[in-house]
Formats: sequence, C-alpha cells, structure tokens
Amino acid sequence: MIQYLSNNHEVVLAALRQHIYLALLPILIGFVVSLPIGYLGVRFPWFYHPLVNVCGVLYSIPSLALFVFLPVILGTKILAPANIVVALTIYTVALLSRTVADGLRAVDPIVTQSATAMGYRRTRRLLDVELPVALPVILAGLRVATVSNISLVSVGALIGIGGLGQLFTRGFQLFYLEPIIIGIILSVLLAGLADLIIVLIQRAVTPWARFQRGGGTA
Amino acid sequence: MITFEDVVKIYPGGSTAVDHLSMELPTGKMTVLVGPSGCGKTTSLRMINRMVEPTSGRILIDGRDVAGQDEALLRRGIGYVIQHAGLFPHKTVLDNVATVPLLLGKTRREARAAALELLERVGLAAEFAGRYPAQLSGGQQQRVGVARALAADPPVMLMDEPFSAVDPVVREGLHREFLRLQQDLGKTIAMVTHDIDEAIKLGDRVAVFRQGGHLAQFGTPQELLEQPVDDFVAEFVGRDRGLRSLSFDTAADLPVSPLTDGGAELVLDEAGRPVGWRLGGVVQPTAGVFTKADSLRMVTDLAIMSPVGVAVRVGADGTADGLVRHHDLVDFLATRRDRRAAEQEA
Repeated sequence: MIQYLSNNHEVVLAALRQHIYLALLPILIGFVVSLPIGYLGVRFPWFYHPLVNVCGVLYSIPSLALFVFLPVILGTKILAPANIVVALTIYTVALLSRTVADGLRAVDPIVTQSATAMGYRRTRRLLDVELPVALPVILAGLRVATVSNISLVSVGALIGIGGLGQLFTRGFQLFYLEPIIIGIILSVLLAGLADLIIVLIQRAVTPWARFQRGGGTA
Repeated sequence: MITFEDVVKIYPGGSTAVDHLSMELPTGKMTVLVGPSGCGKTTSLRMINRMVEPTSGRILIDGRDVAGQDEALLRRGIGYVIQHAGLFPHKTVLDNVATVPLLLGKTRREARAAALELLERVGLAAEFAGRYPAQLSGGQQQRVGVARALAADPPVMLMDEPFSAVDPVVREGLHREFLRLQQDLGKTIAMVTHDIDEAIKLGDRVAVFRQGGHLAQFGTPQELLEQPVDDFVAEFVGRDRGLRSLSFDTAADLPVSPLTDGGAELVLDEAGRPVGWRLGGVVQPTAGVFTKADSLRMVTDLAIMSPVGVAVRVGADGTADGLVRHHDLVDFLATRRDRRAAEQEA
C-alpha cells in the first residue's frame, strides 16, 4: 500500500483535490440557494408542503441517473465536472431548503412575537433573530448534506469524473485492492474531517445552543 | 394617557374579541386588565402597539392615534413584557436588554452601557450580563424581560401576564420589586392578568372584562372590592373582598385606647418599645405592631393573632402609643360603613 502511494501519490492527491472540490462547491452554492427557498416556505405557509414534496422527490432521484441525464438537459459534455457540481447542488438544495424551512418554523413563536413587539421590521428580525435561532438546526442539516455529498462524488467515477471514486474504478479494472482501500480510507477521513469542521463552526457561532437542552447553569 | 374610543375587534370567522370598548388608562399609573380567558383583555392590550388591528374604533396614546403611526417606530417607543419573558435565546442577557436601544440607532457601546444600568435596576448583578437566557431561572428571565422593556426608557409599557409563569414565592418578590420600580419610574402601564389578586395588588386602576369582550367595570381596586357593579364582578373579585378592601385604608383615623386597657399587662423595654403580654407570669410576644401608615387589614390581622386579642400601635420611634381591641375595630368598621353609605348617597 505504501508502495502504491509512493508510486502514485500524484494521482491520489489529484483525486482527493477533485473530490473536495466536487463535494464542497455544491455545498456552498446549495447553502446560499437554500436560505431564500427555505425562507419562502415559512413566509408563505401554502408553499411549505409543495416545497417538502419537491425536495423529497429530487432527493430520491438516483445519482447515477442524474449524472447521465444532466448533460442532455444542460447541454454540457458528458465528462464535464459541471454535471457533478449541478447534480450535487440539486441534492444539497433538496436537503437544506427543507432544513432551513423546518429550522425557521421551529423558532418559538413567543420569541418572534416579542421581537416584533420590540419594533423589529421583518428583514432585520429574520437576520438578527430567526436565522440565528434556527442555526443549530440548519447546521445539523449542513452536516448531513456535506457527508452525503462526499459519498456521492464517488459515484461520478462511473461516468469518468469522481474524485476518489476514480481510485475504485481503477482498482476494479486492474484487479488491484490497494487503490480501493486508499479511496475508502480517504473518503471516510474526508467526511469525518468535514463533519468535525462544521461541528467546530457550530460551537463557535452558536455558543448559546449547548445551554438549551439539559438546562440549568453550566 | 392611553385612550380606547369605542374599539371593536371581530376576528375573521366572526367571533367578537372586543366589543365597543371605551376607557382611559391614566398617565403614570398602572392599569390592570383582568378577566376570564377569552374576555378580550390580551387582544385589547395588543391593539395598543398594533400587534392586533382593531376592526373599528380608535386607540390614542397621549392624543395621537396609533393607527397613523409607523408600526415598528411605534413599538420601539412602547416597552413590552411578554409571558415567559420571550427572551432571545441566542443573545446574552446584556444584548437582550440592549435590543431596543440598538434598534433606535444607538451604538453597541451606548446600548450595552444603558443595558448594564437597567440590569442593576431590576436587581440582577453584573455577573448575569454575559449569560444566556437558558442559564437563568424563570424569575431571573422575567426580570431581564422587564429590563429589556425599560431599556429605551419608553413612557408607555405593556405587560402580558408577566408574572404568571413563575412560582408564587418568586412572584411575590417580583411584585414587590416591580412596585418599587414603578414608584421611581412612573410609567403608563397596561398589564394583563387572569389573577384578580394580582390585579388588585398591583393596579392603580383595574379594568374587569367579561366573556365576549365587554368591559364590566373600570375603577380603583378599592371601588371594585367595595362597589362591584354587578354579580359578575362581585363573584370575580372574590368572597373575601370585604376583608381585602381593608388593605386600602390606613390606620390613621383608627382611634386607640390607652396602653393600660389591654386586659393584661403590656410589657415594655426600657425605651418604651413593646415586648409582650404578661399572661400568668409568662411574657408572650405580641403578634407584631402597626403604625398609623399600616392598613386596616394589618391591624385586623394583628388583633386576631395577638394572644390577648389586642393590636399594639407604635410611633415612628417604635415606642408603644396605643391599643386596638377587637370591639374597637368592629365599632370603627361600623362607622366607616355608615360614612361610606352616606358618601354614596350624596
């Protein structure tokens, strides 16, 4: 295995870089897109259920099918990384829009009411009160989406672009175990690391959340 | 002054929450809106800061119709204390209190300085400033809620069942502190409660509502206790309203008997302060003493609790200067009743 790594470290590193890029760019785009969509699901109550249903349907599309059909719809080349980015952005939006809506809906109405009674206008109330209070729920959704994306990127290897997934296809083609094991280990480490980073961010930006449950003075 | 002019609120669906309400909440006083659930008291309160819009009629604050004013600006000028405090869970105690000053465009530093001062005012030590609401007890949260409402020094305050979520002992303490605070600040306050005892204790004026959004009676607590306008108010105010109405009269006019008329020897210390009653060679402590400023209710209580049935009055220096026996009290209450009856006829 060490042997394989030292001979192929450039290939492995390139695969890892691509994997990170393909998994995390959709997270960023998806997060930014989901915030307004999720908010609409709260602002207009009639929109919530259609939103949840559409998100459910989108998320249930098999990733491979999406990877294959997107070039047809978008007019991109079959091997373009954009296909993976767009597909994973769709999954991210499907997961996060609902989470954002649920997080905002879970804000205690007493809190929003008292904000209104203090003289908050709608936009400032959203940014200063509702979003921050919903943040623990939203960040929990972000963790799921991130880990899910990191595992889904590998599927892209079946159409030729899949970050660490390429190590799997290579291993299968050559009847060679090392790249497969390295691919699995790096995927898991990457997912674990990304998850840890989000948890640390969560602790830093929502220091109040750890007092919420359990209660009492800490 | 907050004026309700023939205010009606009918919710979509046709239920009448407030039915032709007219009343005036005097400046610098605390008016308590009280009644059973569904009587429209909370709806009335929320129409003052436009959280609810009336179907018809007008509400004026110091002569200005609230309907013409920008909602957010209006609300920043009205303190609001909500049930369960409604604090922002993600902000520290200090930043919760600094909310309205910040909305009004103060710098973070100014707002926090004002907030710190307010925290002290409501009896919370500076060490609480950096904590989050979830780290506080219910009573402490409610104090923060009051501090937050007062932070921008609004002339008008609305309080929606502010003390109902805390246990009775804590509530008692909050009441005392709040009355002291209000004595200093003299805000125009409208407060909602379903607890008539709280209304009578805290209110300068009490508005009793009945089902269907009708105002049943508006008056001072004493008027409510002594002259309820109908059976509904009488029953709502409670059975022992006669005894409770004694809380509103001081013992200033109550005649006293000489110290020797107690039926037993009143033992005094060398300074002349009462120690107790000598009964069969043993000195039993008096149940307490009263001054001219105390209420008739307290005198009655002392007379009942005393081992010899006599309440002891003391002067400002604590020396005993007179006694009130059971029958003195009964005679006084009889003349008080006759005087009241004559006043009512006049």
